[in-house]
Amino acid sequence: MKKNTLKKVLRYAGKYNYLIAISMILAVVTALLSLYVPILAGNAIDCIIGPLDVDFTKVMSILFEIVVIVLVIALCQWIMNTVNNRITFRVVRDVRRDAFERLQILPFEYLDSKQTGDIVNRIISDVDLFADGLLMGFTQLFTGIVTIIGTLIFMFYLNFRIALVVVVLTPLSLFLAKFIATKSFSLFKDQSSARSDQTAFVDEMIGNLSVVKAFAHEDENMEAFDEINFRLEKTSVLATFISSLTNPGTRFINNIVYAAVALFGALACIDGRMTVGGLTIFLSYANQYTKPFNEISGVVTELQNALACAERVFDLIEEEGERVDDKNAPESFRAEGVVDIRDVSFSYDKKRSLIEDLSLNIKKGQRVAIVGPTGSGKTTLINLLMRFYDVDSGSIEVDGIDIRNLKRKDLRDNFGMVLQETWLRGGSIRDNITLGREGFTDEDIMRAARAAHSHSFIKRLPDGYDTIISENGGNLSQGQKQLLCITRVMLHIPPMLILDEATSSIDTRTEIRIQKAFSKMMEGRSSFIVAHRLSTIREADVILVMKDGHILEQGSHAELLGKKGFYYELYNSQFA
Amino acid sequence: MRKLLIFLKDYKKETILGPLFKLLEASFELFVPLVIASMIDRGIAMQDSGYIVKMCLLLVLLCFVGFGCAVTAQFFAAKAAAGFAARVKRALFDNIQKLSYTDIDRVGTSAMITRMSSDINQVQQGVNLTIRLLLRSPFVVFGAMVMAFTISARQALVFLVTIILLFLVVYLIMRWSIPRYGEIQRGLDKLLALTRENHSGVRVIRAFGLESEEKERFGSENERQMKLQSFVGSVTALMNPVTYGILNLSVAFLIYRGAVLVNSGDLTQGQVVALYNYMSQILVELIKFANLILTVTKAIASGNRVEELLEMKSSMKDGSVTTFKKTPDHIVFDNVSMRYEGSSADSLEGLSIRIKRGERIGVIGGTGSGKSTLINLIPRFYDVREGSLLIDGVDVREYRLEDLRERIGIVPQKAVLFHGTIRDNLKWGRKEATDDELNEALRIAQAKEIVDGKQKGLDEMVAQGGTNFSGGQKQRLTIARALVKKPEILILDDSASALDYLTDKKLREAISEMDNPPTTFIVSQRPSSVLNCDRIIVLDDGRVEGIGTSDELLDSCETYREIYDSQYKKEGAV
Repeated sequence: MKKNTLKKVLRYAGKYNYLIAISMILAVVTALLSLYVPILAGNAIDCIIGPLDVDFTKVMSILFEIVVIVLVIALCQWIMNTVNNRITFRVVRDVRRDAFERLQILPFEYLDSKQTGDIVNRIISDVDLFADGLLMGFTQLFTGIVTIIGTLIFMFYLNFRIALVVVVLTPLSLFLAKFIATKSFSLFKDQSSARSDQTAFVDEMIGNLSVVKAFAHEDENMEAFDEINFRLEKTSVLATFISSLTNPGTRFINNIVYAAVALFGALACIDGRMTVGGLTIFLSYANQYTKPFNEISGVVTELQNALACAERVFDLIEEEGERVDDKNAPESFRAEGVVDIRDVSFSYDKKRSLIEDLSLNIKKGQRVAIVGPTGSGKTTLINLLMRFYDVDSGSIEVDGIDIRNLKRKDLRDNFGMVLQETWLRGGSIRDNITLGREGFTDEDIMRAARAAHSHSFIKRLPDGYDTIISENGGNLSQGQKQLLCITRVMLHIPPMLILDEATSSIDTRTEIRIQKAFSKMMEGRSSFIVAHRLSTIREADVILVMKDGHILEQGSHAELLGKKGFYYELYNSQFA
Repeated sequence: MRKLLIFLKDYKKETILGPLFKLLEASFELFVPLVIASMIDRGIAMQDSGYIVKMCLLLVLLCFVGFGCAVTAQFFAAKAAAGFAARVKRALFDNIQKLSYTDIDRVGTSAMITRMSSDINQVQQGVNLTIRLLLRSPFVVFGAMVMAFTISARQALVFLVTIILLFLVVYLIMRWSIPRYGEIQRGLDKLLALTRENHSGVRVIRAFGLESEEKERFGSENERQMKLQSFVGSVTALMNPVTYGILNLSVAFLIYRGAVLVNSGDLTQGQVVALYNYMSQILVELIKFANLILTVTKAIASGNRVEELLEMKSSMKDGSVTTFKKTPDHIVFDNVSMRYEGSSADSLEGLSIRIKRGERIGVIGGTGSGKSTLINLIPRFYDVREGSLLIDGVDVREYRLEDLRERIGIVPQKAVLFHGTIRDNLKWGRKEATDDELNEALRIAQAKEIVDGKQKGLDEMVAQGGTNFSGGQKQRLTIARALVKKPEILILDDSASALDYLTDKKLREAISEMDNPPTTFIVSQRPSSVLNCDRIIVLDDGRVEGIGTSDELLDSCETYREIYDSQYKKEGAV
């Protein structure tokens, strides 16, 4: 699984292979040159032995070499870092773009089963963590490996025995780092589970602070909070403490190595097998040698985390999209408004049937109202009409064409839809009405707003139609939000209309006025109205009474009352 | 940020000793080059291997003592930081719960949650690192310089210049990049908002065929973010190469000067090596220090936000009266007007009504007519702007809030249940309620069948946000929760909107049949829900259009007639 993810990451990065090649070459150059600098410094020190015993010409030429090399290293390092940044952020952009574009074609089966927070987490935070890991990987992993190999070669070249001492002792530091990492990983897991308990609690209580206050439940909350808080504090101290031992721990081992090198090196100097400059080089290597090891172990953990995050994004990107539109679909489609539903069966959960053998013919210009208790399949019918979901069996035809043989966009263009769940985006009122559709003048917008009875409240907003509202409408009341959503549809009335509890939060008087506007505009167009309020649907040509996925009764208001059936009961309950 | 630091007061020992132990560790490290220098100058020069072994044992000893100090310091830091964060969180949560509705509206829920979680985490991280590094890194840097002075005052000048240059570079790059990191964060917020909107509005987006516009919006924002990140990245990427360059150029200069001084006999070879080692130590610490500053800057910004919320005093003053006299006139509105903060018009204007104990009051009116405003005044969620509201003959502002609200059962518009069992949820009404009392409340709320339908009955778990119950079920359970309180005043804020007419009717009947029925407010948009109330208040745009029984209002109140007709029309007589 991990391997697969890594492959996918590499495929994304592969697009920038020339940049990666540059980065790698520069990494080798900087790592090797950086290792060469201490050698030069050591050689220089060897030329400075004592009073009147200094080889100035040699010192100067070595120093000149150092200056040049240092400048080259600095330049290469900067270019390498910049290139790494570039690769990482491009890969991130590509992944985000692909994920977002996939979001546009994913089927509703998938989208409805995922919470918004989950999707956002994948596209935003997961990709961000993945970027951090990737960047670290690029900058440190390769350089680290080159440095370790380079150091080993230089050390063995300089003095075999002391190099052996270093090689034997260093794994200690790795073991220690590994031990601490395993230990702190499980502690971090405890910490993050305690932390998410706390966040969930806080989210719930602060999110519903009004209820908390209404029930004067503050003290009880404080007790529950203290319990979680205490638990978090305990795990947090341990996790922080253990994980923070990595640095002192490896530094400790490092210092031991340093002492050992000093001992063997100095003794070798006495024997004349080594110079003081050589000792200096070794000491500086000993100082640096364990660093790449620590970095690599850090990078590996980070990369694992990054891959786990990447996997979640790739899951989204690879999720199968909606079935592609029929190739033989007509280029464009403008419906008359005749809808035939034939023997349709459908259910979300294939184990539990919902809609079964539903048939219905709607003539052009008919107004259809759908009523029934919660869970009777009213909204499902709308989902099928808009082709948010495809039927399991049977067919739905518009103007005699199976909707599966149409392009989804063309089909949906023929429906105007307003849902109970209002959806507004952060932006101006005007943008929320046009939704980016072009070609509407201010007059068009105001005419739509007047028809939807939203004009009067929009006018009273601080900046009128240019007032910026926050995501989900901020201070607007639920009713005002619904009016705005209705205005959207009023702006450009399509041949068919779907209103799914679109006026549930609007008072009955305004509702009636809106309906009048709709019926004027809908002259000769078909419409589907789902509603709770029977007053909303009384005027419909056909009323469908749904229960448990079936059409129980069908007819006009008067006919249905005459039947004295389910509708009659439902209708009369509101007068009791 | 400063005021937050008092929460460290229980950790005085840790916050003082932690850095001190770090200093000890650092000073041991500073000895190391000196030891090496004397090893070279005495041990190697004099061929004294005994001395060399002794010096190495000293190095090992320094390692152990240093390690001990470091572990102690890390522990103190972890303990102080976690304890500090826990205390701040507690105080903050406590304060948030004390805020008034007006304050909550102003601050916003998501901001409060961010303060409680990620902001405090940042601060915790900052405190932890500060205790560990804030003294250590500068100490090592300046310590190395001081040590250099003891070796050779003239050479030490090179150190001084180098350190100043290094600090300058780090400072400039950070000063440039910190605000830009903020910009990157804001760009990310924008991408987040676009993604969130796209998922939550997917039906609308596809219905209007806006997929390609959405892609474009996201694409351009995404592109901009990439460019900004690459740009900021390439500037901050200067930090390492530039510091590396400066430092190594100084090393070269140091060796050159060393050569001159050794030649003239003013310096030894070992001392040159020591100076070289000190220079290397400086680089390592300086980079750590730069990272520390970055974390601390973020922590301070978070800390300031936390502090702001912590300092916020509730805009509502609690009262002190705890006894209720039970006067026959239960609730009296005396010319009450109310206005929300930041709005220019009253949401409720000049309401006057005397309500008797046990009376049933209907409140009806259009969207935004002030229905919710009216009932929000009774439990004093908001204060009146003008006039007064008396309960049992005393102004609500004089009661202790907790005692006042204990007497009022509210069923809010939005049905909210909490994570826990059904029983836990119902007991929000009254902690000590027995199962019989709970069942009685469920029966009245028409919610008995919901609980009976669940395998575990009252012990059935409610998922976070109550997602395992339908809207209507949640609504009935929240009604039951309010009834468990045995309230003297019951407020149903459009809380039957998800119920069908039949259930709604049964509910109203059951409430009126209770022994000791509470004074009840029924807010609704359906005339049928308020039809049988003793009196109905009709509101329009915050103004009182009429008060009376349904029949009286049909005669006298145009607005009521319109609302009534909108539901019943001619068939209303059936």
